[in-house]
Amino acid sequence: MTITGPNPAEGAPETGLPPALLHEAAEVGPGVGPWALAWRRLRRNRVALFFGGLFLLIVVICLLAPVYSNDIAHIGPNDQNVINTTNAIGIPIGPTWRFDHYFLGADNLGRDVAVRLLYGGRTSLEVGAVATLITMVLGVLLAIVAGYFRGLADGILSRIMDVIWAYPVVLLGIVLGTVIAVRGLGPFKSTTPLSTALVIGFVYIPYVFRPVRAQVLVLREREFVDAARQQGLSAGQIMLGEILPNLSSTIVVFVPLILANAILLEAALTYLGAGINPPNASWGTMISDGINEIPAAFHLVLVPGIMLVLAVMSVNIFGDGLRDAFDPRSRVRIAIASTSQGD
Amino acid sequence: MSATGADGDATGLGVSDGAVGGHSGASGALMEVEHLRVLFPIKSGLVVDRTIGHVHAVDDVSFTLREGETLGIVGESGCGKTTLIRTLVRLLDPTAGVIRFRGEEITGRSRRQLQPVRRQMQMVFQDPQASLNPRKRVGQILATPLKLRGLAGDRIEAESRALLERVGLHAEHLGRFPHEFSGGQRQRIGVARALAVEPRLILLDEPVSALDVSIQAQVINLLEDLQEELHLSYVFVAHDLSVVRHESDRIAVMYLGKLMEVSPSEELYDKPIHPYTSFLLMAIPIPDPAENRARTRQVVTGEVPSPIDPPAGCRFHTRCPRASDLCREVEPQLTEYARGHLAACHHPQNVSPAEIAAARRSEATPLSAGAETPRLPVSSA
Repeated sequence: MTITGPNPAEGAPETGLPPALLHEAAEVGPGVGPWALAWRRLRRNRVALFFGGLFLLIVVICLLAPVYSNDIAHIGPNDQNVINTTNAIGIPIGPTWRFDHYFLGADNLGRDVAVRLLYGGRTSLEVGAVATLITMVLGVLLAIVAGYFRGLADGILSRIMDVIWAYPVVLLGIVLGTVIAVRGLGPFKSTTPLSTALVIGFVYIPYVFRPVRAQVLVLREREFVDAARQQGLSAGQIMLGEILPNLSSTIVVFVPLILANAILLEAALTYLGAGINPPNASWGTMISDGINEIPAAFHLVLVPGIMLVLAVMSVNIFGDGLRDAFDPRSRVRIAIASTSQGD
Repeated sequence: MSATGADGDATGLGVSDGAVGGHSGASGALMEVEHLRVLFPIKSGLVVDRTIGHVHAVDDVSFTLREGETLGIVGESGCGKTTLIRTLVRLLDPTAGVIRFRGEEITGRSRRQLQPVRRQMQMVFQDPQASLNPRKRVGQILATPLKLRGLAGDRIEAESRALLERVGLHAEHLGRFPHEFSGGQRQRIGVARALAVEPRLILLDEPVSALDVSIQAQVINLLEDLQEELHLSYVFVAHDLSVVRHESDRIAVMYLGKLMEVSPSEELYDKPIHPYTSFLLMAIPIPDPAENRARTRQVVTGEVPSPIDPPAGCRFHTRCPRASDLCREVEPQLTEYARGHLAACHHPQNVSPAEIAAARRSEATPLSAGAETPRLPVSSA
């Protein structure tokens, strides 16, 4: 008896997927990867796509801040012009709805709110993005090391993470931000956008570390890891080549959630004086500056507040769509929303 | 399986031969295992772990695998057979004992030092679903060992295609993910991955137990064909004696971490010497229901004792109908009967007094065994 080819009667592949997803897999034909499958699912989710597009729009507009400032409004984000922008009793003017002249009004120093909104958005988004990058890279790498080696490495890393986790993110952020603001820390003499991003990225690491480590602990016991070890691959090759690809959907699902939280935390820290320094614009500084003017000129708080809500909400909803697309069975449970209520 | 041909007779008294002589080569030994022990510590404690005991997974096992041979290892779940072959490929570290591959000791080598040996020794895993990385395409899965072999670029692609065709799959399957295959096809990929480094020895950990019966036969046939073409040696672990019978030249029966019986394959089925082996054989279902019902079947009673605290004397005495006081006190030696048939039993069955008289103590006998020679059972059984 010899075998020449695979027997067609070998039965349907067991994928463990629910029937609906199996059909989908059958529909798309052979060799379609997990990314392509997820994109197919995401494409059908109109709501997620809409909010994903909205967030992209906010990002693009904020990145175009210098264009608006130089070519349309003809005023810089920190240029003051008190004389023409206050009424008889010294209250700053509200929105004029003219793109070339204080579209969203002026603040109490006579600065153009629209220009500052875009520059501030750029700062907020950049800080959020850098913080997210730091959180994801460190959180995932440390989790892989801890989960793969277990033992002492896991013990040390997990206890450090427990200590960070023990503090509410805002409190820890304020403490670190204040220390940097008051007496400097390491290379930072005072708070800068980069230092703020580092602080935010740092405080969220355990929220990525814990679930990813748990996943690595499961993955390392799978036989494909034994197969790789048996072939003689090094620990580094196994961690990056075998385990990391299996974490990709978790990582993709985490990025928008961390990003939304990082943007919020930046605003919170800045509002409390432990983040971006005035006069630099960020949504947090704008809210902070405007808070005393609420009775007379509430647009100073309302405008950046609305932008903040829009940006964070759109990232969150898009993130939900991503999770549905990448992880249809919702294996990844994310506990950030409830732990960062203080924001 | 007609694998070796060279050793039909007494020269191939496998187990004892290799286990004694440290120098192999001449006897055609591919792998020699001497007094291998693998104990897993059981730890307990609040802050500082204390070792409170050991799981005796593999407890003083010795055997020799000849070039081109298929050695079947059978036993109940938990008897240590998987631990044994995982130790042989050095996925686990032995507590004591020596493993030699082609005369070279491989115990105590570092990962780098093991690299050349690992290229000649591959493993096929039990669960084909779990042993293939779900995030990698078949091409990537096969490329990893091919790169270790030193191939690059187009050669990898060409060699992957050849490998897939060799195991009965098609070159177009290279771009697919493991979940797009059936169980049998996935196990073929597992075999192709093992073949990629051009090994001489493949250790198969229940390679077909996760598959349908019809597909089991296909995979086994594939393994046989590959053995003939590529002159491979196999260590074949299974808990199913009928599968092993088809495949193996010699069969080793394990119970609670010890070898109970080692025998040429057909002889084990015709003339089991150890009572445990006959219980195993009686557990094989016969496809004909009438015949199956008609045969008198003795069922082994009781549970497997805990490997944390294995019974003294013969490990099987708690469940053995032939057990005597001797069995409860003295661990039996591994006795070598004619034709390289070994059994560790004080009261062997299916052997005549003359055969017992001609038998001798095997060098593979565990170090803790007593010196008593086997005797026919007292009639109490």
